[in-house]
Amino acid sequence: MASMSKVLGLIFANMHEQTLPELTKARAMASVPFGSKYRLIDFPLSAMVNSGITRVGIITKQNYYSLMNHLGMGSEWDLARKTGGLHILPPYGRENAGMYRGRLEALAGAAQFIHESNAEYVVMADSNVVANIDMRSIVDFHEKNEADITCVYGKVVYPTERALMQTILCVDENDTVYDVLARPAMSGEMNVALNIYVMRRKFLEDLIRESECRSLYSFETDILQHKLHDFKVMGYKYDKYFEIIDSMKTYYKVTMEIKNRDISREVFSMDTPIYTKVRDIAPAKYGIDCSVKSSLVADGCIIDGVVENSVLFRGVKVGKGAVVKDSIVMQNAVIEEKASFINAIADKEVTISKNRTITGSADFPVYISKGGVV
Amino acid sequence: MNHIKKECVAMLLAGGQGSRLYALTQDMAKPAVPFGGKYRIIDFPLSNCVNSGIDTVGVLTQYQPMVLNEYIGNGQPWGLDRAHGGVHVLPPYETASGKSWYSGTANAIYQNISFIDRYNPDYVAVLSGDHIYKMNYGKMLDFHKQKNADATIAVLEVPWEEASRFGVMSVDENDTIYEFAEKPAEPKSNLISMGVYVFTWAKLRRYLIENENDEGATKDFGKNIIPAMMDNNEKMVAYRFDGYWKDVGTIDSLWEANMDMLDPNVPLDLLDYSWKIYSRNPIMPPHYAGPQSRIENSMIAEGCEINGMIDFSVLFAGVTVEEGAIVRDSIIMPNTVIKKGAVIEYAIVGEDCVIGEGAHIGERPELIEDKSQWGVAVVGHRVNVSDKAVAPPKAMISKDI
Repeated sequence: MASMSKVLGLIFANMHEQTLPELTKARAMASVPFGSKYRLIDFPLSAMVNSGITRVGIITKQNYYSLMNHLGMGSEWDLARKTGGLHILPPYGRENAGMYRGRLEALAGAAQFIHESNAEYVVMADSNVVANIDMRSIVDFHEKNEADITCVYGKVVYPTERALMQTILCVDENDTVYDVLARPAMSGEMNVALNIYVMRRKFLEDLIRESECRSLYSFETDILQHKLHDFKVMGYKYDKYFEIIDSMKTYYKVTMEIKNRDISREVFSMDTPIYTKVRDIAPAKYGIDCSVKSSLVADGCIIDGVVENSVLFRGVKVGKGAVVKDSIVMQNAVIEEKASFINAIADKEVTISKNRTITGSADFPVYISKGGVV
Repeated sequence: MNHIKKECVAMLLAGGQGSRLYALTQDMAKPAVPFGGKYRIIDFPLSNCVNSGIDTVGVLTQYQPMVLNEYIGNGQPWGLDRAHGGVHVLPPYETASGKSWYSGTANAIYQNISFIDRYNPDYVAVLSGDHIYKMNYGKMLDFHKQKNADATIAVLEVPWEEASRFGVMSVDENDTIYEFAEKPAEPKSNLISMGVYVFTWAKLRRYLIENENDEGATKDFGKNIIPAMMDNNEKMVAYRFDGYWKDVGTIDSLWEANMDMLDPNVPLDLLDYSWKIYSRNPIMPPHYAGPQSRIENSMIAEGCEINGMIDFSVLFAGVTVEEGAIVRDSIIMPNTVIKKGAVIEYAIVGEDCVIGEGAHIGERPELIEDKSQWGVAVVGHRVNVSDKAVAPPKAMISKDI
C-alpha cells in the first residue's frame, strides 16, 4: 500500500467556472457555496485529508479572495502544519501567468512547489465534483498497475447537453484507457472523467517541462488525447455516489439530492467527514408557528416562517408568514415577512422584501445575485 | 524559554465536581457540561477572556479532567493557541515534598504561583468556570485600575430573597466593600459575588502564601482570602454588572438557563455576534428537518435529524428524533437517539443516550397534583433507556433502565 505521506495533493480552484457563470462571477469555482454550509473545495480537500495526504497545493487563477478567506490557515482541515500543510498557489511565473490556458500551463506555474514537495506521487483534482472519495485506493491502484497516468471515472447516463461539458473515457476490461473524447455530442451510458489524476511526481515534472517547450497547455487534449498511446494510461472506476456540477441546473438538482438521507450519509460520512470553515454561530432558532419540513438547516438560522424542501445556509432569516419552498438560500440572506421564495436560489446576503414573491421552476431556478435586494 | 510580560493573566477554576448536577457530572467536571445547543459551560468564561483581550489563561482542573482536557486541547477554537501565553490546563501535580491535590480555590492558585509569575503580570483575574454570562473583564480591569483597588469583585443585584444562596457584599456609597458574608441566613445586602475577581497580583500573591501557611485555613477565596484582605483594610471594590448571569450548579438552574436561551426577552443573546461565544464545533453536516418533523420554539444544532415533534427544547449536535417521538421543554445533549414514539418532557438527557421506543421521560407539572413530587427528570450520559420504560419527574437515571 502506498504511503500517503509521500503524496502531494493539488486542487485546481478555478477550472470549469464557465459552467456556473452566475455563481463564479465574484468567486472561484472552489469557493462556490454548496450544501448548506460547505464550499465546493471542501469535498476534494477533505477527501485528500481523510486519505492521509498532508501536503496540498491550491492552484488559483483569479477571484481567490473568498477562497483564501474560507481556507484561512487550513486548521479546519488539520492542514495548519509545520511541515507540509496547505499552500495557496497564486499565479506565478511568466507575464500573464494568471491567464493560463489549460491545466498544463497552470501546473507550470506551480512547478517549483511540486518539485520541492519531494513527493513520490501527485493527486490532482478539480472543485466541481461532489463526492466523498477515498484517494488512497486510487493511489494504490496507480502503484499496483505501475501506470503513468491514472484517470478516475464514473459510469453515468448523460444527455447530450451534459456530455458536451465533459471528458469521456473509453476503458477496456484491463482498465486501460484506449480512447479519450473531449466534450462529445453523445448521450446514454458513458464513462465520465472526474478530473482526478494520479501520476508519479517525476513523471509529472517531465511532462510539465516537455509541454512548456512545445507550447502545449491542455492536459486533456495534448496529453490524454494526443499521447494516449505513448503512456500507460489507466482508468480507475469510482462506483460510489458522485455528481459533477456542470450547470446551474445540476447545481440546483444536486443540492436538492443531497438532502436525501442515504446520499447524505454517504457524502457526509461520520468516518470520513467533510470539513469546512467554522463560523462560531449559535444553533438554529425556530420560532412560534414556524414549520420546516424536508430541509437542511445550518447554524445561526432564525426561522419564523414556512420552509419546505429547501437548503438554508448559515445565518439565514425567514420572517413570519414567509414561505421558502424548493429553494437554496445562502449565508445571511433574509426572506422577510410574508415573502415567497419558490424554486429559486438566493446568493449570500440577499434580501427578499416583505410581501414579494419570487418563483422559478425546477428546470430554471431563479437566481438572485450576492447582496441583491428584491 | 523567555516569557513576554502580560498585564493580566486569567485563572479559571474548573476543578469542581458540581455534585449537585449528579448524573451529569459523574464522568466530567461541571465546566465541561454541555450548554445552549453547542457549547460547554467553560466556553463562556473562556470566550469572555478572549473578547476582553486576555490572551493568557490557566485552567485549573482536578475532578474528572479528561473531557475538559480534550475539549480545550490547544485552545485553537477560542483563538488561544498563542505563541506567547494562550490557554494552559493546570492539573495538580506531585512535588519533591509529596503529592498534593488542590485543597481549595485559593490553594489551587497558590500551587500555580510559578505559572503566573512567568508572565510577570500586574493583575490576575480569578474566574469560576460554572456560570453563564457575557462580560467584558477588560472594563472591570479598567475599573480596578481607576479605583486603585487591591481587589475588585464583580457583583450582581438580585432579589433579596435569593441573596442568601450566594456570597453577599455590603458596600458604601463609593462601592467600596466593607463587609462580606458567604451564604448568610439574613443577608445585609442584595449584591452578590459573581465569582469574578480581579486582584493586583503582588497583593494576592502575598495573601495566598500567608493563607497557605495558616494551618487552620480552608484555602478558599470566599472563606479565607477575601475576609483576610478585608480584615487588613485592603482596598476592595465592587464592580456592578447588570447583564444576564446565571449559576448553573443545580439541575433546575441548568434547565432554566438553557430555556432562557429560547426566550427573546432574556438579555443574553447567543445570536448577538458582537460578543461571540466560541466553542469546539462538531464536524457534522447541517441538521435535517424531515418530512414529518414539527419544530417550534427551539434551538437545534447541526447534525441533528428530526422526524418527531420538538417544542420549547434545546437539541445539541447529532441528536436523532424518530417519527412520532415528542420532545417538549427538554434539553437533549449531543448524539442522543430518541426512538419512535418516545416522549420526553421537562427533562435533561445526557450525551450518547438511547431512549427506547415508547419510553416516557419526565412529566408535565400540570398533570401532577402534588407539586412537591414534580421536578426535571435527568438521564445521565451514555445511558440506554429500554423500550416503554418510564422515568418519573425528578428521576435521576445514571444506569441503563
